[in-house]
Amino acid sequence: MADLTSNFIGIKSPNPFWLASAPPTDKEYNVRRAFEAGWGGVVWKTLGAEGPPVVNVNGPRYGAIYGADRRLLGLNNIELITDRPLQQNLREIKAVKRDYPDRAMVVSLMVPCEEEAWKAILPVVEETGADGIELNFGCPHGMSERGMGAAVGQVPEYIEMVARWCKQNTRMPVIVKLTPNITDIRKPAEAARRGGADAVSLINTINSITSVDLDTMSPEPSIDGKGSHGGYCGPAVKPIALSMVSEIARHSDTAGMPISGIGGVTTWRDAAEFMALGCGNVQVCTAVMTYGFKIVSEMASGLSDWMDEKGHTSTADFVGSAVPNVTDWQYLNLNYVAKAKINQDTCISCGRCYAACEDTSHQAIAMSDDRVFTVIDAECVACNLCVDVCPVEECITMDAMQPGEVDPRTGKVVEKDYANWTTHPNNPGAVAAE
Amino acid sequence: MSNSQMTPGIAAGRLSTDQLAENFDDLHAPYAPHEAAVAADRCYFCYDAPCVTACPTDIDIPLFIRQIQTGTPKAAAKTILDQNILGGMCARVCPTETLCEQVCVREVAEGKPVEIGRLQRHATDALMEDGLHPFSRAAATGKTIAVVGAGPAGLACAHRLATHGHEVTLFDARPKPGGLNEFGIAAYKSTDDFAAREVDWLMQIGGITLKSGQALGRDLDITALQQDFDAVFLGVGLGGVNSLRAAGEERGGVRDAVSFISELRQAEDLSTLPVGRHVVVIGGGMTAVDAAVQSKLLGAEQVTIAYRRGREDMGASRYEQDLAASHGVNIIFNAQPKEVHGNGAATEVEFEYTASKNGTLTGTGETFRVKADQVFTAIGQRLDEVPGGLRIEQGKIAVTGAGQTSLTGVWAGGDCATGGDDLTVTAVAEGRDAAEDIHARLMG
Repeated sequence: MADLTSNFIGIKSPNPFWLASAPPTDKEYNVRRAFEAGWGGVVWKTLGAEGPPVVNVNGPRYGAIYGADRRLLGLNNIELITDRPLQQNLREIKAVKRDYPDRAMVVSLMVPCEEEAWKAILPVVEETGADGIELNFGCPHGMSERGMGAAVGQVPEYIEMVARWCKQNTRMPVIVKLTPNITDIRKPAEAARRGGADAVSLINTINSITSVDLDTMSPEPSIDGKGSHGGYCGPAVKPIALSMVSEIARHSDTAGMPISGIGGVTTWRDAAEFMALGCGNVQVCTAVMTYGFKIVSEMASGLSDWMDEKGHTSTADFVGSAVPNVTDWQYLNLNYVAKAKINQDTCISCGRCYAACEDTSHQAIAMSDDRVFTVIDAECVACNLCVDVCPVEECITMDAMQPGEVDPRTGKVVEKDYANWTTHPNNPGAVAAE
Repeated sequence: MSNSQMTPGIAAGRLSTDQLAENFDDLHAPYAPHEAAVAADRCYFCYDAPCVTACPTDIDIPLFIRQIQTGTPKAAAKTILDQNILGGMCARVCPTETLCEQVCVREVAEGKPVEIGRLQRHATDALMEDGLHPFSRAAATGKTIAVVGAGPAGLACAHRLATHGHEVTLFDARPKPGGLNEFGIAAYKSTDDFAAREVDWLMQIGGITLKSGQALGRDLDITALQQDFDAVFLGVGLGGVNSLRAAGEERGGVRDAVSFISELRQAEDLSTLPVGRHVVVIGGGMTAVDAAVQSKLLGAEQVTIAYRRGREDMGASRYEQDLAASHGVNIIFNAQPKEVHGNGAATEVEFEYTASKNGTLTGTGETFRVKADQVFTAIGQRLDEVPGGLRIEQGKIAVTGAGQTSLTGVWAGGDCATGGDDLTVTAVAEGRDAAEDIHARLMG
């Protein structure tokens, strides 16, 4: 069993799996159950300023997208920050932290963009014994209309300003949670760093309408016939989150900044992928909202087994390992040539690869009268679509050609040396440079 | 209830009315909506799908399943019925385990095919429950066609001809239309009078005049039909049954399985239908299994199927054999009947074991006896009456192309014609294709 303990900006937890600020972490009852189930830490659902709490809608606050067998792939919500009194939340945070001192207790905060508001809430949070704070600059719905959440996160100057206020007014480490509803994720991350934040966490949810009721013509989730965009999360957003995480991890002005990865983490493998792209830990929400807290057992055992297999003795060993391999398209090796290969022993002859290739790609798969599907190397550009649509895992693989072999598609010998677009003769830029 | 499973001889009311109702309920209950959604999700939407190739009526199965998946089961039904107007019955009686589901790629990959038959029923039930008939007739052509036999082939042919605008007169020898769907299929595969309801639904197309009680050779003359109509389609089925040719076959309690099944299907009250305490069914096809299982369901204590060849030669699919076994029917292979024993009424059947030598079946000399108050023969059916002038091949009306017989203007399809597998679904395909051929010929 590998050592899963995690130290994220000085906050220790028995494993790198935290629950994200969201409904599962809204109250003591849930968080105690989560800790009993084995979660390493939580980010307590966002607290607002002292005073009458926000109110939520009294109808559906979630909408969903499904895959086969009604597997939930994407979830959207229009829930606001905690709708319970500040003092009650603080009492509960203190009680839970007291009983679970080894778990990470981070508190998410969202108060108006005024220094006095932050100065007021930071000491009372600190008093609970919490390990850190996360600034919610991400929620794209509701609160953003009131000048908070994503409305702050979309303006780098505000991020920097608030992060600085927080660093000046508390001893607690500060994590800035970023919204993906921007054009360049590096800008808010840079701002957080300038403001002195200890880390960023991303992604918050994505503006979304999950569906439209074709009888009532209301967007979903629907409140009395009307809908408002919500925040999208779950497995469907993972690729977007991974890309944004990687941008921050490899950008010169933000590289090395601790990242807490969020966005569709569902299995140990997802967690390992986020960490390989530079995240010190991960936060989970939709997966537990779908399957309950127990999934952490699979995440812990899966990550541990994989670490043992790879010889990693601590999670820090592999954090960021994939970052050097994230590059720009222009630096991809154009001399690398692969061909699809169909394993006839595992092929079940459904022909989906054929339909995809024949109808929409390069007509590079042949179909015999007895439904044997084979790749036509002279046509195959190794696009991977056949692999992606095949229902049998590992049935179709992309096999690299070796230097010296002739690519039957181009008639050219596969070169052993790396060569990319920047030097390619078809690149006007490259020609002009000569 | 005075009788029980132990009552000697042939007796009615061996089981309670409630038990009988339960026994003869749907073999496969219709899907609940959730079950249908889960089942439909398993379809891979294969390219040039093997299930379609395996379907004698070429139903676009991946398309109709996708239509179920996307919440449009009635559109799915239309996809099915476009190719197979008796898609509702075929969903119930098709041996899918040897057709579409046998070649489903998930059968190949996991041993668990997409349940195409049940999904087809889900779709067709949805449409028929609403009484919808999503077909309409083309402008009247003024052509008249005689369709003889209102079984699966004749019904499919008549419907397709009617949609093309032709006027169809549909003759049938029996008092009710439906053919084997009405009189021949096991009751638990066609519950709630489905066969009759399906015919009523089909007739909504209009342009089809049903004339029951009209038998070819008795009431109808083929030459007259040729003169009176622009075309003739024969879908008369196989009305005759082969005889046992064993000593003692005249003894009481020996009867053909086909008439027993027919009587059972038409029975108003199953508790009045007599069945033996010890039943022996001789044969190896679907009829044998249907007779045996239904005897058991009626309350026979012991039911045995005896087949003269091995399991691999049995006409009934492995699925049907297992169905029989699961109902407690004993199947004896490689046994041929020698004599029905008894004093007036049958009490035992004597069999001799067989062995196959150089392709011919011979008795081994070893014999055994099985108790039998009732003996059903299910050893094949044959053409009842062959209308003059028609060329016959291997006991069936010879056809070429899409059911063209040796007589000009006369087509044939279904069990009475050569080709096909004597299945409802092949009969539908042949009736439909003959209709298209007739249409092309008349309008061409």
